[in-house]
Amino acid sequence: MYRAVVIGTSYGGLEALNTILPELKKDFPIPVIIVLHVGEHSNDFFINHLNDICELGVKEAEANEPILPGFVYFAPPGYHLQVEDNFSFSLSAEKKLNFSRPSIDILFETAAWAYKDQLIGIVLTGANSDGANGLKTIKEFGGMTIVQNPCHATSPIMPRFALKAVKPEIRLNIEDIAAQLYKLVL
Amino acid sequence: MNNYYDLNTELLAIELKLLFEGIYLKYGYDFRNYSKAHVRRRVLNFIGMKDLQTISDLQNKVLRDPEFFREFLDELSINVTEMFRDPDFYLSFRENIVPKLKTYTFFKIWHAGCATGEEVYSLAILLHEEGLLDRCQIYATDFNRKVLKIAKEAVYQKSDMQQYENNYQRSGGKRKLTDYYSSMYGSVMFDKMLSNRIVFSDHNLVTDSVFAEVNLILCRNVLIYFEKQLQDKVLNLFHESLTPSGVLCLGTKESLRFTSIEDKFDIIDQRQKIFKKKII
Repeated sequence: MYRAVVIGTSYGGLEALNTILPELKKDFPIPVIIVLHVGEHSNDFFINHLNDICELGVKEAEANEPILPGFVYFAPPGYHLQVEDNFSFSLSAEKKLNFSRPSIDILFETAAWAYKDQLIGIVLTGANSDGANGLKTIKEFGGMTIVQNPCHATSPIMPRFALKAVKPEIRLNIEDIAAQLYKLVL
Repeated sequence: MNNYYDLNTELLAIELKLLFEGIYLKYGYDFRNYSKAHVRRRVLNFIGMKDLQTISDLQNKVLRDPEFFREFLDELSINVTEMFRDPDFYLSFRENIVPKLKTYTFFKIWHAGCATGEEVYSLAILLHEEGLLDRCQIYATDFNRKVLKIAKEAVYQKSDMQQYENNYQRSGGKRKLTDYYSSMYGSVMFDKMLSNRIVFSDHNLVTDSVFAEVNLILCRNVLIYFEKQLQDKVLNLFHESLTPSGVLCLGTKESLRFTSIEDKFDIIDQRQKIFKKKII
């Protein structure tokens, strides 16, 4: 039984999330945690937008916040987002990893340590290599790994790096990901 | 990931605990209640860098070799900072705190976790421009002596100055940042006038007690590395150190939410995390 979904994406990511997240209805039983590279700018605009079009509650993750089903959490810009072993969030302002802060690798890695084999990790469109190592860690813990089909991604680079680092269980076009998630969790 | 600990999270948790117990007993530095996700990553990173296999190997070296411990201490202490980091915070500070400070003949500020000092000098510049620097005493503290030394010298890389100038302008700066430093080769040195009112000293938030009674505390992006209980403890220390209606400034993603002292402070600026101690 899976207990959380983590998603990492950068260039083209907002569009991709616009496709996936509204398909996850109120009954979606596990939390979704996302790193989207947006530079140091505020998240508020797209969080408000997604919150309007999604049934799940979409919000920025806060330090010490318990991670709950019914929510989609975004890493705050300028901070790394970590999952603690007691399934709450912590933040870090340490230096960038893969030129990124928040870093997908740090979220994936800490989530894998906490959720072990009960984690689903997804790498979507993006223009750098962040997320590949983290997805590998999820796989090593026995979690489920999904990579967006690079041929159909806005930017194929991030999915390609992920595919090079790990042979994922599932490779999908963006419009099929939400249905796949339902298959995995229900 | 470190191969030795493949999937063996239980063993890793035990060895981490032993390491930090040992460090506490031997050196007095207390990392036992730091965020686990954070220290685990730093420790695994460090043993990878040092070609060590296990945390027990690291513990062995750390306990026997104080030099090596210092190096490890640097790995654990996060010193990422910049001048006028979060310019909107300084803007709010000018707007909401400065008018109050102007009513004082003398006041004290504690900047806890000052790292290499960039944010202390930012504050000194702001206070100088508001005509307040001569009326205050700033205590800037950190547990890492190496970064305090850098802070005291006030010498920074020239290549960072363009970004700091941008931050400064966005923070409501009244002049140009270049007015406050002189260049030498690839470095810049900040004006001694700024540090006249700053005392740098070694203080550990986790193990030391109240530092001084102060009117204002800045502690930005330090508490995020602590577990909740330790955050509570340090926030209580701040509460004790503040004068009635004293002001507490935290990092923009830090919050009094989910803590035990939430109701002992009023909010001055929710977004910039500026709070005022209630008088009761």
